[in-house]
Amino acid sequence: MKKIVIGVVVTAAIVASVAALVMKGGGYKLTDVLNESPTKIGMITTLSGGGSHLGIDVRDGFMLATEMANANLEVIIRDDARKPDIAKSLANELIQKDKVDILTGIIWSNLAMAVVPPTVRGGTFYLSPNAGPSALAGKACHENYFNVAWQNNNLHEAMGHFMKAEGLQKPFILAPNYPAGTDALTGFKSRFGKAEGEIFTKLGQKDYAAEIAQIRASNADSVFFFLPGGMGIAFMKQYASSGIELPVFGPAFSFDEIILGAVGNSAIGVKNTSQWAYDLDNPANEKFVKAFRAKYDRTPTLYASQGYDTANLILSAIKKASPSDKDAFRSALESADFDSVRGSFKFGSNHHPIQNIYVREVVAGNGKKPTNKLVGVAISDLQDAYVSQCAL
Amino acid sequence: MTLALTLEQLLNGIQFGVMLFLMASGLTLIFGVMGLINLAHGSLYMVGAFVCAYVTGITGSFWLGLLAGALGAAIMGVIVEVLVIRRLYQRDHLDQVLATFALILILSEGTALVFGSQPLWLDIPSVLKGSIELGSVVYPVYRILIIIVGVLVALGLYLLISRTRIGMKIRAGENDREMIGALGVNISVLYTFVFAVGAALAGLAGSLVGALQSVEVGMGEPVLILAFVVIVIGGIGSIKGALIGAMLVGIVDTLGRVLLPSFFQWFMEPSAAASVGSALASMLIYLLMAIILAIKPKGLFPAND
Repeated sequence: MKKIVIGVVVTAAIVASVAALVMKGGGYKLTDVLNESPTKIGMITTLSGGGSHLGIDVRDGFMLATEMANANLEVIIRDDARKPDIAKSLANELIQKDKVDILTGIIWSNLAMAVVPPTVRGGTFYLSPNAGPSALAGKACHENYFNVAWQNNNLHEAMGHFMKAEGLQKPFILAPNYPAGTDALTGFKSRFGKAEGEIFTKLGQKDYAAEIAQIRASNADSVFFFLPGGMGIAFMKQYASSGIELPVFGPAFSFDEIILGAVGNSAIGVKNTSQWAYDLDNPANEKFVKAFRAKYDRTPTLYASQGYDTANLILSAIKKASPSDKDAFRSALESADFDSVRGSFKFGSNHHPIQNIYVREVVAGNGKKPTNKLVGVAISDLQDAYVSQCAL
Repeated sequence: MTLALTLEQLLNGIQFGVMLFLMASGLTLIFGVMGLINLAHGSLYMVGAFVCAYVTGITGSFWLGLLAGALGAAIMGVIVEVLVIRRLYQRDHLDQVLATFALILILSEGTALVFGSQPLWLDIPSVLKGSIELGSVVYPVYRILIIIVGVLVALGLYLLISRTRIGMKIRAGENDREMIGALGVNISVLYTFVFAVGAALAGLAGSLVGALQSVEVGMGEPVLILAFVVIVIGGIGSIKGALIGAMLVGIVDTLGRVLLPSFFQWFMEPSAAASVGSALASMLIYLLMAIILAIKPKGLFPAND
């Protein structure tokens, strides 16, 4: 009897772990038909489950741009629930059944790696509003693939560069033990050099007492971390009450406006790198932030800015050429002839952005939530390190 | 590694263990008394954390939030027990797994519906922020509080079960369900009570940990898996086993995370050592479970043997 029970309990534990993964399915459709025979765009993004605020912001930024332009577009939106298999079958459905001209929306690099290569090989354009895995910037680059956000290493590289310029010498660096985490620390070290201490944490880990104790015991003069989503919220809160006074640095992913709401004042003083900031001073950005706040009643995150830029890039290209004329449409995209909320924006030969990466500082907001404030440029006109491996 | 750092990591392990004990004790109590495998225990932990964050946000008092978190989870536990769980006691374990798995989905989606899918804000009250010096070790006050709460709960459960009339009925229920029913004890009220106590402990754990970590949908499942490891190691149905198992898992996991990467650094370059060490460290408690089950298949302290 007891043996059976233990068997059942172990099975139960496995089932429970699968539960966390299978939790959300489904999706919904939002069609926005304004005219006859519009350009069809398929958007596959994460709208439910963990990390859904990224997908929601990409979608909201994208839809805001299409509404402001009153454009002749049909956007079909689907929820991938952060699962590669769902993303892949949605892509097949959108391409084969709905016959979309352009696909976009994917947030996570592992999903992008499953969907993008077959999509672009089949002749459909793919514009990434977020994920920028190194393979797609280098060896596996493709003429129909454009990344409007950044290559994954960019924000970490910029922070390595910035911390070195600030005269810091012994950073303690940590990231989760998965591909984007190792890329983050590789990117950081490529610009900074050797770190004082380096830790890979468990993906999804929420308790950082052991790591914080190691930071305290080390001779480090600063901390750099890449812990996206709930992991970063947990780390920041625990770090703040640990009594360690070392300055903290990181990419913008752990300090977007929504995460700051959950972290609270613990994050004040942290410097983070981003390719965009809501207080970046240019007319396009001013217009975007004002319209976004009016429509959705919240401050946009960098993800919303990426969705907005992606939509405007598509709209600028449609003005010049029809997506059915592939070569003309491709060169229209390549020219990136739109007013980016980032100010200057252009593509490198591998269709990845060459852009400034800025430094923001978390400051007290006027409500109970802290907010980001632009403080300077970390690195100007940064191009990714993989462009030389791309045959384009 | 210095002595102070070792001691601090040991305290971290104990604190982690105490948190696991709060989860595992409820789980093992429910299993021991009612023979029920409750996968939705992690969802009750999540409900507790959300209620705590919500009430703390409205009233501004973390202590009220903590109370509300434990009570909210208990109330949710009673609702779930009366509506669903009550029908499962006579059924096969696999039916129980299926039904309580469905409860995970319902409670997660329900929480997202009520509170939204964004993480909620909950922070440690300012009196408990900061650290104190214990000899050569500097340790956060809040984590000491968690250890104290865990010790009090362990003590409370011991007294409840060994010294009170309800505890006597619980022990009797574990041994012989039909007989205690025949002696005129209202077994369904007893079951609901035990389930509510387990749920309240899960809610308390969720609230305490939510302030330290993050309050978000799906936060309960990783903890649930660890709690199952704890009760399998400790012996299913045994509170004493849950306490020892939780401490073992907490300390082994914490020290493994710290020691393994530095161990590999002796013969590997640092970044490879960090990556191999941390990969191995995340397997360590499952290795521990396998070894203990190989030696003692029923766990360390099997109940009603």
